[in-house]
Amino acid sequence: MIARLLGELIFALTRFLVGGHARWKGCAPDESQRIYFANHTSHLDTIILMAALPAELRRTAHPVAAADYWGKSAVRRYIALKVLNVVLVDRDGAEDPLAPLRAELERGQSLIIFPEGTRGAEATPGPFKSGLYWLARDFPRVELVPVYLSNLARAYPKGAVLPAPITCVATFGAPITVADGEVKDVFLDRARTAVAGLAERIPE
Amino acid sequence: MSDTVSILFGGVFALLLIASASGFVLSRRVTSEAGRVTVDNLNARIKAWWVMIAIFAVAFIVGKTVTIVLFALASFYSLREFLSLTPTRPEDHGSIVAAFYLFLPLQYWLIATDWQTLFSILIPVWAFLLLPVLAVLRGETRDFLMRAAGIQWALMLTVYCISHAPALLILDIPGYSGGFLLLFFLITVVQLSDVLQYVFGKLFGRRKVAPRISPAKTWEGLVGGGLSAAAVGAGLWWITPFAPWQAALISLAIVVAGFIGGLVLSAIKRSLGAKDWGTMIEGHGGTLDRMDSVSFAAPVMFHLTNFFFGV
Repeated sequence: MIARLLGELIFALTRFLVGGHARWKGCAPDESQRIYFANHTSHLDTIILMAALPAELRRTAHPVAAADYWGKSAVRRYIALKVLNVVLVDRDGAEDPLAPLRAELERGQSLIIFPEGTRGAEATPGPFKSGLYWLARDFPRVELVPVYLSNLARAYPKGAVLPAPITCVATFGAPITVADGEVKDVFLDRARTAVAGLAERIPE
Repeated sequence: MSDTVSILFGGVFALLLIASASGFVLSRRVTSEAGRVTVDNLNARIKAWWVMIAIFAVAFIVGKTVTIVLFALASFYSLREFLSLTPTRPEDHGSIVAAFYLFLPLQYWLIATDWQTLFSILIPVWAFLLLPVLAVLRGETRDFLMRAAGIQWALMLTVYCISHAPALLILDIPGYSGGFLLLFFLITVVQLSDVLQYVFGKLFGRRKVAPRISPAKTWEGLVGGGLSAAAVGAGLWWITPFAPWQAALISLAIVVAGFIGGLVLSAIKRSLGAKDWGTMIEGHGGTLDRMDSVSFAAPVMFHLTNFFFGV
């Protein structure tokens, strides 16, 4: 109950400050099981992407986040686990870091991942880590939806304390799949291009 | 609520009723595809007008603070729309945060506390000097002039200029104590001028004023809509400290300033590659699409009134 109220409050505040509108370009917001993968420029990314999803999809979507940031304090941990449904991943743990993600996918849940692994400052995303490829190969029936988050590097850049009220938009593109026999690096580069291609270009 | 204010809002209410009724009749009559689009757009605008007028009425009834907060919110949304389209960099975060969380509230607080001298120089002097300092300390020189200028323009147009509308409430005019009515006068003339220019343009528009900047603006619309709005303004002289001919001249100044404001903001928008500032108000685009003429007309009306009628 408290988590639910807190969630509504966080999403309302997010919408007031940074907008967080969804633009469904290549697919519709429906119940299909999905892995949303997006560019990563800010700690607000997770919240913005969740705010952009319709409430009924938000319940089955789990952002994947680093335990060393979101698990740090009791408050952050509470927001991450209870409000945002986060799956915490140990970035330098000894065990298979993908195991908790596989468990969620096996339960029929959707995931939100940031395959760059770390926050960049540029408009185009950096190279992707391999996790997306392994999950895509092991769960071929799950739709892989590229998402581009715009303006977040300006609204809440690295090291910032307060978010600036700049409208952020989440653009959802057309799902991609791993082609037969496609090698890891080729696929990851194609996935990265799919995200970058959703960035809106300002006409000259 | 005083009798004058009741009469005025009664008048606006009647106008909107007529507009809604005409919109309804038009939507029944229209047959062509292009006509349908125009009428739908018109009806969306009328619907949004009801909401805006309702908000205004509440502000007028409840009082000065609410009115100031309302304009502060309009500035907030306008500034957000402006800066969202302006290509700044992550290094500008400090200046943008200061613009939103320091200068915007401070500017409106100065109106609330009637501090007129600081109100006039806060953004042109203090923000102008402080904001580039916050950016320069981050050491990024790429597009520095463009970024600093963009943020200053955003703050000037969306906060400084728009705040001159509620500042009419604190204008000191000997023998006159109707600040609210002055604000009502400004908003009525500006918005009526926008609407009538649109209507006259749709009906008689042939010659475009600036086809590359704002294809919908025509000379026929400007002259017909502008003169009608000025005539209504002159007819409202009894709620102002002006004589009828003075009210007519001030209305004309408001109309011209509002028209130019629309053009300039439109040129900025286009240079940033957008058609509307936002999607907040159905049929109206963003907040700034409705505030563009106010941002130019408010300081003009404020300073003309202050110069000729103030202490």
